Amino acid sequence: MKVQLYRIAHGRSGDKGNTVNVGVIALRPEFYPFLLDHLTTDRVRRHFGDLVKGDVERFELPNLNALNFLLHEALGGGGTVSLMTDAQGKTFSTAMLRMEVDLPNDLAALVKER
Amino acid sequence: MSNRDTIRIASGQGFWGDRLQAPVEQVRRGPIDYLMLDYLAEVTMSIMQKQRSRDPAQGYARDFVPLMGEILEDCVEKDIRVVANAGGVNADGCAEAVLTEARRAGLMGSAKVGVVSGDDIMDRLEELVESGHELRNMETGAPLSDVLSKIQSANAYIGARPIVDALNRGAHVVITGRSTDTALTYAPMMHAFGWALDDWDRIAAGVVAGHINECGAQASGGNSIVAWKDVPDLADVGYPIIEAHSDGTFIVTKHDGTGGLINRAVVAEQILYEMGDPREYITPDVVADFTTIHLDDAGPDRVRVHGVKGRKATDMLKVSISYSAGYKAVGTLVYAWPDCIEKARMADRILRERLDRMGATFDEVRTELVGWNSTHGHLAGEPPADLPEIELRVAVRSTDKAAVEAFTREIAPLILTGPPSVTGFAGGRPRVQDIVAYWPALIDRTQIEPHLRVEVREA
Repeated sequence: MKVQLYRIAHGRSGDKGNTVNVGVIALRPEFYPFLLDHLTTDRVRRHFGDLVKGDVERFELPNLNALNFLLHEALGGGGTVSLMTDAQGKTFSTAMLRMEVDLPNDLAALVKER
Repeated sequence: MSNRDTIRIASGQGFWGDRLQAPVEQVRRGPIDYLMLDYLAEVTMSIMQKQRSRDPAQGYARDFVPLMGEILEDCVEKDIRVVANAGGVNADGCAEAVLTEARRAGLMGSAKVGVVSGDDIMDRLEELVESGHELRNMETGAPLSDVLSKIQSANAYIGARPIVDALNRGAHVVITGRSTDTALTYAPMMHAFGWALDDWDRIAAGVVAGHINECGAQASGGNSIVAWKDVPDLADVGYPIIEAHSDGTFIVTKHDGTGGLINRAVVAEQILYEMGDPREYITPDVVADFTTIHLDDAGPDRVRVHGVKGRKATDMLKVSISYSAGYKAVGTLVYAWPDCIEKARMADRILRERLDRMGATFDEVRTELVGWNSTHGHLAGEPPADLPEIELRVAVRSTDKAAVEAFTREIAPLILTGPPSVTGFAGGRPRVQDIVAYWPALIDRTQIEPHLRVEVREA
């Protein structure tokens, strides 16, 4: 079943200078291995395309069923220099949760409406 | 140092501009032992520096002074200690203003105010650079000498030790400049529990507690994508309270009867906020490993945090430097159906062409269509057919102030000289803003720590 990441994960994003951090947390522990397999740095880089000019780094937090991504050079200079409405990267987490993924049937059965 | 096993540290302010009533309610709606208030963001120091250059008595979070006037008597009576980085670039001036409030409240001889100074290295910068400290930008690698003539403020991020010192000496209120946000929460733990300075695991647990507390209600149901539809009574949201134990474990909770929501998912979101490499969350006092955090639901609006590991702090301290980096302005207009996006795009083209013909040059011109693509960019897909309205938002940046001023004069004329069904221009010309940019760097801690001073003054 094809779903948006929003149906199986939540998260929060913020800024460090010109870098955005996007934390992605599995809504259920069962979804975490799927996130580990599918949210590769390549996949995330392709998803954001030209919204991210620099590298994408990924860190694992299995204790929270979470992944943390650093998207470098994504805020038009960052802080006060940036001309973006979202100069602090607050909405990058929901931009991430737009991503469409193909869930296997056993996990699809666990998905709830949001 | 007391011999208690549990202390309650309340979060009262997540940034300068947060709800003024929040700290008052933390003091009055239930038991707490400490109140922490975080006023400083990356750019706040430069704003305060600007205020101080206009008036030497200013340069701190002004909101903090009337707040103390309101709650200090309660705090002294209930033995609630206040820790705040409200001092900005003038902790001394802030402390004097608070002492005046204390006297006005009749607290002569009973209220003590601690002041931490020495984080401000503005006057030492040239000497530091000349003696070989390059203070390279942590993001770009450029040496500070590139912008030395444009610097507005420079402060080292300092840790908990001076705050602990002030608390040990009986201060009811501790005012700091650029102490780290997290230290405001774990310094009370180090003071109350007498933790050793190399008790890395417990101090690291304190850092996690500080990270949860430092953004106010963002840890108790505010701004939560997982919970926002279900959070009860956000209008009366209770800010987080850390119930800390001497063994380094703690509970995240809030006052009974307040709104908001605290559960594992909500707390996990806050833990991930502004996270870098979770294995090394670097502070002046310890390097905390956020991959060791364990969260358990422990009843309604109670989350237990345990298992946190830490290791020895690094030899470097982070420095927050701000410098002038030109000018910017933002202009907006609203276009209505039909064909609102096409109209907004045409207006954008006309505006750019006019500025071009005037010879105005910019480092960047950015156009966003608010209502379609300003937050998610291309991920928003094609705009919905027959969109009822759109806001055109154009922003420019330049080192040439005249160019930015020219831009601000070309927005309103678009109403009568561009595409139709346009409105939303009531506020006059856009304001030209000075850009004060942020320059993060590292410095050897031996250059800072001998300069730190702690004073405790009586009202």
